[in-house]
Parts: sequence; structure tokens; C-alpha cells
Amino acid sequence: MVLHTVKKVYYPSKVPPFAPQVVPYQGEGVTVRRQEVVGYNGDEAVALAVKQSKVDVVAAYPITPQTIIVERFSEYVADGEVDTEFVCLESEHSAASASIGASLTGARVFTATASQGLALMHEVLYTASGLRCPIVMAVANRALSAPLNIHNDRSDMMGSRDCGWIQIYAENSQEAYDWTIQAFKIAENTTVQLPVTVNFDGFVISHAMETINTLADEDVTGFLPSRKPIFTIDPEHPVTVGSLFLQEYYFEIKRQQEEALQKSAEVVDQVAKEYCALSGREYGILETCGMEDAEAAILCMGSTAGTARSVMRKMRAEGKKVGLIKLWLYRPFPVEEIISALGNVKALAIMDMALSFGAPVGALCSDIATILQLRGNNLKIFDVIYGLGGRDIRPAEIEGIFNEALSVAQTGIVKESVKYVGVRE
Amino acid sequence: MYEIRWHGRAGQGIITVSRLLGYAALLEGKYAQAFPQFGPERIGAPILGFTRISDEPIEVHSAVYNPDVVIVLDDTVPKIVNVTEGLKQGGKMLLNSAKKPEDLKEELKIKDVRCSSVDATRISLDILGSGRAFNTAMLGALIKTEPLVSVETLCKALNERFRKDIAAKNIEVLLKAYKEVVEA
Repeated sequence: MVLHTVKKVYYPSKVPPFAPQVVPYQGEGVTVRRQEVVGYNGDEAVALAVKQSKVDVVAAYPITPQTIIVERFSEYVADGEVDTEFVCLESEHSAASASIGASLTGARVFTATASQGLALMHEVLYTASGLRCPIVMAVANRALSAPLNIHNDRSDMMGSRDCGWIQIYAENSQEAYDWTIQAFKIAENTTVQLPVTVNFDGFVISHAMETINTLADEDVTGFLPSRKPIFTIDPEHPVTVGSLFLQEYYFEIKRQQEEALQKSAEVVDQVAKEYCALSGREYGILETCGMEDAEAAILCMGSTAGTARSVMRKMRAEGKKVGLIKLWLYRPFPVEEIISALGNVKALAIMDMALSFGAPVGALCSDIATILQLRGNNLKIFDVIYGLGGRDIRPAEIEGIFNEALSVAQTGIVKESVKYVGVRE
Repeated sequence: MYEIRWHGRAGQGIITVSRLLGYAALLEGKYAQAFPQFGPERIGAPILGFTRISDEPIEVHSAVYNPDVVIVLDDTVPKIVNVTEGLKQGGKMLLNSAKKPEDLKEELKIKDVRCSSVDATRISLDILGSGRAFNTAMLGALIKTEPLVSVETLCKALNERFRKDIAAKNIEVLLKAYKEVVEA
């Protein structure tokens, strides 16, 4: 069994600088290209990544907190900075459907949504993955109604987690930019040929200006040549797409689709390596911090990982052996990499920013509990439900979760298997 | 890391100034983060903005709970929002008000905080004929009391953000507020 790339981050009290102008990438004799430092929020960073990726078709419907992506991209179109066919649809259901049609013609396609928009796309998401359309979709994660809420949680993507798309979670604006560019290369790889979602936390990332490094246009073009489809829908060479498959073949098609999704992790890994050589920024399946000697750890995704890492630096300086696992890739679920990353940790807190109503635990915790059981691993775990509807997760609360995990590691007793953090009871 | 909390009402340009300051810090080679915290999306509702400036990459993504400085763009906000909440011991406070900072400290019952005020709305009215640039005036007052970035860099940021004639007026407002701000 070959394990895919796990990025290891160290935890000195100071955060190392990431500007490549300051620290050139030291790896396999590759010189990192010069980059431009800009102040962009997550949405603007994604819009730039889409522009640089020379997308043929963008079919989208604006929804908070993804709106800025569509707004910014429509400016690129109006200013003649892109050749993209930009299609404004009357709903997200239509945006997803148009994306499929465009993708089948062999085009590189991008769309973006959030919350109710993603929920409205739900049935079409399955069609996109079933027809093996390599669409890239940015999702600025937002809560679902009711009550109406425009702020961040991950109920939207978690509600569609079984839709057969590759699902990536970015920590900050830099990662949202980098993953969007990589996503096209992953999706369009002919062994993958599946749609990809790049998720980032609504408002927390979508509306937060940060210092980010951007590649030169020609470097993105070099990394991401135009799409080479296996077949296209072309009147000159007719093919049948989306026809009826009943008892005789449907099961086989789905079995193949699952195999393609499970195997896509290899391509994610390979693309991340190529991107690192270009940008100096290391990506992979997941990222660990301090797991070599940690007694207790937190496993989380998205922007929460940044806050948790900053808390971890402080706790490490106090001598507390805590660690962090941040998943970049959520689907396909990186089973082997997580098992390996856990090392000798004695307790693990899993952070779920979505409720799975009526389930024993949240969706992420459920996956972790499953893989531990399948491996006969008795690691003590507990689930943390937090951040619903934009409730901010405070550094002090994360410190409390680390301390709770340390206490579980020492006593071996899990007091609450599902812990609600930040809610008024 | 230096953390700033902006108080005001939706439509007063909190996002613009919180970003301009962060962007100016970025131009000076620092790391920056600037983000709003909206309530209901309607003009006039009290909102918060945050700016973080650091020599190291910024990892934390929570709101700012213990700011080094609090800036209040609208003097009606302190009546409905606890603007001093979590302010660091020895932290600073800057208000848009025609009142003297000593009087504001008494009125808002502020202790252990260095308080400054500037009549940003009047400065904007005098120069632009409208109160719209009082947010930029607060930036000028801020960097006088707390030299986080240079005046030159802020002017550069304004020139990149606005059309030439509008930027020029904003720079005028900024420089006047820089001169007029009073610290208690």
C-alpha cells in the first residue's frame, strides 16, 4: 500500500514566512517562479484562479457568500480579459445543468454556489458525476434554511457529500486559489474524469482579505494546458450520452464510478507535487502538525485548522503534547493516510461544522469511527459540533477542546461522545 | 500581531477602510487580514470590521476578541453596542466625534484606555461637501496615534483603490484628520 503525500508542518512559536520571494522552495533542483503578492479575499482569489485557468465556460447564479466570484468574473468578461463564454442562468439547477452540457462538448467548465443554491443543484450533481463531467465548482460553505441564515457552516456540502464529486476543503484564501487551479488538472485527468468541489468557509474566508501569492498567467497556462477530452458531443461524430441503463448495466456503471473516485486520490497527490514544484507551496491529501509525539489531537477541515494551529503553537510552547490533522481531501476519504497520521495519539477530537440530524455523531466523526472500527483500532474519540450558522469558534474554545482531548488521553474516559461547543444551552 | 476592531453601521465604509489599512500593511511587506462581521444585511445596522497586521503569516480565523485598538466611526453606536468589550489593558480607542476625548471618556465611562477623537464627519463635509469620506479620515487619525503604516503607503493604497480625482480628495481628508486628531 502506497501512502499519498501527507504534509508535515512544524510548530515553532513563530510561523515561518511563506512569501517565495523570501524563502525559495528547496526541492529536487526546481526553481520556484516569481509570484505577485496581492490582498484578495477568498472569492476574489478564486475568480483570479478561474481567469488564469482559461476556462471555456462559466455557468453560474450568484448567491451569498459566493457572489463576489461571479461578480468579479463578470468584470473580467466585460473588460475583455477572458475569452470565456459566461452564462447567467435563472437558477442553480440550470447553472449545474448548463455546466454539464458545456462539459460534454469538451469545454473546461467552472461554476460556483453555496447553501440553498447547492441544495437546489442536488439532483444535477449526481448527473455530473455519473456522466463523468470534469466540472470544477467553488462552494463558499454556508448554512441551510430554516431559519434563514447567510453565514458559514458546512451543512450545504455535507448534505450532498454522497454525490460522487471529489471534495476538497481549503483553509484560507491562498489555499482556495491554489486548489482551484489544481482542481481543473485533477478533474480533467482522463483516469479521473470526475467533477471537483473546492470548499472554503463562507465569509470567514470568502470575505476575508488576506496576503496571498499569485502565479503569473503564463505559469498557470504551462501547468494547465487546455483540456483534452476522451470524446465530445459533436454533430459530425454523434455519440449517445445519458441514456437508459436498467438492471443489466446500471450497477456496473456505478461500481466503475466508485473505483474512479477512490483512485482519484493518486491523481490529487501527483497534481499537488507538480503544483509544489511550480509554486513552492506544498499540498497533498492531508496535513499534520505535531502528530509525531502528540498524546491528543484535533482532526478538522477548512479555516478551523488555521485557528487550531495557532492555538496549538501556544500550547506546545507550554509543553502540552497536542497535534492537529487537517483534511484537504474529504472525498475520496483518505483512510490509510489518516490511520498512519494518527501515530500513537491516545485521544482524538473530531470537528463537525454541520449536523447530521438524528445520526449518532456528525458526518466526519462517523467516517473516522468507521475506519477505526474496520482496523480494530480502539482510539478514544469524541465529536465536536460547532460553528453552526456562522457562530464563531474562538481560540479559547479550541484550547478547551485540546484540553478535553488531553484529559481523555490521560483517563481513557470519554465523558461526552458528542460535545456541542459555542452553543447556549 | 496587531489587532483592530472597527465599529460602525452598514454603508459607512468599514469594509473599505479595514481593507485599505490591511492592504497598506501588505504593501510594506507585512501580512494582513481584513474582514467584516455582518448582522442582518441592511443599511444602517451596526456592523463590525476587523484588521490584523503581523510580521508573520496569520493563521487564526476567528473574530478579534482582544483588540489593541477600537475605532468607532459612528458616535451613536456606543449607545447600543459595548464598544470597549475585550479591549486590551492600555489599549487605544479612537472615535469620530466633535467632542473632546476627555469628555467622551467620561460619557462612555472608559478607564485604562487612551482615548482619541477627531471630527471626521466635519472634515469630510469641508473637503468633499459630503460626509462620505469620514471613514478615510479615521484612517488618517489612526496612523497619527498608532503609526502602523506610513502616510505615503496609505496614499498609495488610496490611489490604487479609487479614481484619481476621488483618491486626491480622500488623501486631503486623510491628511487633515492626521493633523486634527486629539488624544486625551
